[in-house]
Amino acid sequence: MADISQFSYEVAHLIGATVLMAGFQLLYQRRLFAVLNTFAFQALALAAAAAWQAHVQHAPHLYITAAIALVFKAMIVPFALHWLVEKLGIHRSVETAMSIGWTMTSGVALVALSILLVLPVTANAAALTRESLALAMSVILLGLLMMITRHNAVTQVVGFMALENGLILAAVSAKGMPLVVEISIAFSVLVAMTLFGIFFFRIRERFETLDLNDLETYRGDRQ
Amino acid sequence: MTAILGQIAQIFLVVALAPLITGWVRLVKSRLNGRIGASPFQPYRDFYRLLQKEAVVAHSASWVFRAAPYVTFAAVWLAACIIPTFTTNMVLAPAADLIALVALLGVARFWTALAGMDVGTSFGGLGASREMMIASLAEPAMLMVSFSLSLITGTTSPAQIIAFVLGGGVGIEVSLGLALAALIMVAIAENGRIPIDNPATHLELTMVHEAMVLEYSGRHLALMEGAGMVRLTLFMALISGIFAPWGMAQPGAGALGVALGLGAFLAKCFILATALGFFETVIAKMRVFRYADFLGGALLLGLLATIFIYVSEAV
Repeated sequence: MADISQFSYEVAHLIGATVLMAGFQLLYQRRLFAVLNTFAFQALALAAAAAWQAHVQHAPHLYITAAIALVFKAMIVPFALHWLVEKLGIHRSVETAMSIGWTMTSGVALVALSILLVLPVTANAAALTRESLALAMSVILLGLLMMITRHNAVTQVVGFMALENGLILAAVSAKGMPLVVEISIAFSVLVAMTLFGIFFFRIRERFETLDLNDLETYRGDRQ
Repeated sequence: MTAILGQIAQIFLVVALAPLITGWVRLVKSRLNGRIGASPFQPYRDFYRLLQKEAVVAHSASWVFRAAPYVTFAAVWLAACIIPTFTTNMVLAPAADLIALVALLGVARFWTALAGMDVGTSFGGLGASREMMIASLAEPAMLMVSFSLSLITGTTSPAQIIAFVLGGGVGIEVSLGLALAALIMVAIAENGRIPIDNPATHLELTMVHEAMVLEYSGRHLALMEGAGMVRLTLFMALISGIFAPWGMAQPGAGALGVALGLGAFLAKCFILATALGFFETVIAKMRVFRYADFLGGALLLGLLATIFIYVSEAV
């Protein structure tokens, strides 16, 4: 890794931090469309991160990763979700299980947790990749947090996609994820997206809402 | 000797430049709204007009009301004197640091709030209470930013931080980016810009700063408005100085270096003021009850900046 200069690491970390900040933005937004726009921005930052790594590591296949992130995640998925939200007439404010302030605070706690976790575990890894790994881990945990603290199915899907963004971020900075895995993940995300879309329609048809809390009453053991 | 000259130039520069910056922001906003807008020099004319006018004071006002404009303006002016704008070579630069800066701004805010409550009108009290709420959220965030900056650079003095950054002591750091974001959010709140407060409004439900200075007229109003403008300049100098210090004159720089520093400062203010005008045009004002989320976000960003310092140090 000696050929990779300090500067390229700094830029990579900065882009990684941008992805992380977008993760926090996702938690902060209260409007459904704003959430989708922020998700598109996060995917854009992810594409930039992948492209930068491709440039720095002289690994052309990472450009494909960047292109996949750009086309699928920054364009197709947000547009599809946008279309779904309009089609289903879901009301546009985000309902949260916790107040925004508490969610953000838990987010910071999760970032601290992932740093505490990554630093000792990767003690033998190349020194400077650890910061990238800590960033990626934080993005993953923030995605999970978003899935936990949102009622609406659409925002939960966005949380899932953000989690997947974190995985890709970890993969591109760790140098060495095979392209086959990369492409199959990208396609499975797209398939998941389609399935979610169908499920949205089904859930809505059945229960006339996308608020997953309302589904709890249909569970047998709770009644 | 040059340090004294630099300081004197700085003292007058901030006051002379502040109305122009505010005027420029207003012009940018008018143009973006499709209006022609007043000349950027309009605030100077406004000051001239206000200084000609008689200062009307309410019957119920005490000496606090009369003293507040002077104290507020003096505190903000003093704070602006310790932030290097075009040169780091200043007499007062070692005298105070970022924490003193927070305190000086706190003094100014405290007196403005007192004046708002002194007359006993409901708007003044409402404005004061909102201002204090914003302050209680913005100050911890500002202090957190100061801490993370001082952890990176090893000092809380603005002049030394700038010298450190200029000397290449710090690269592109994640923490610096986070601190910048937090500082911009705090600056928006401290200056009462959209989305926290609308400087152009007199709508009862939304005004914060305007509600407190509603009773002022004449020279008192001129001082209160001047304090707001100097505060905006101060934050622009702080942000551009710490995060983009290029061009700033160092101790020992000749006349050319100083001229270059001055030009760089003017250019940075121009860019920041234009950006502020754009930002204020595209964004809507926030509900009062969302301030806590916004400024809590700034605090958390400052906290994250501090956390990431330890990551990069552990590496």
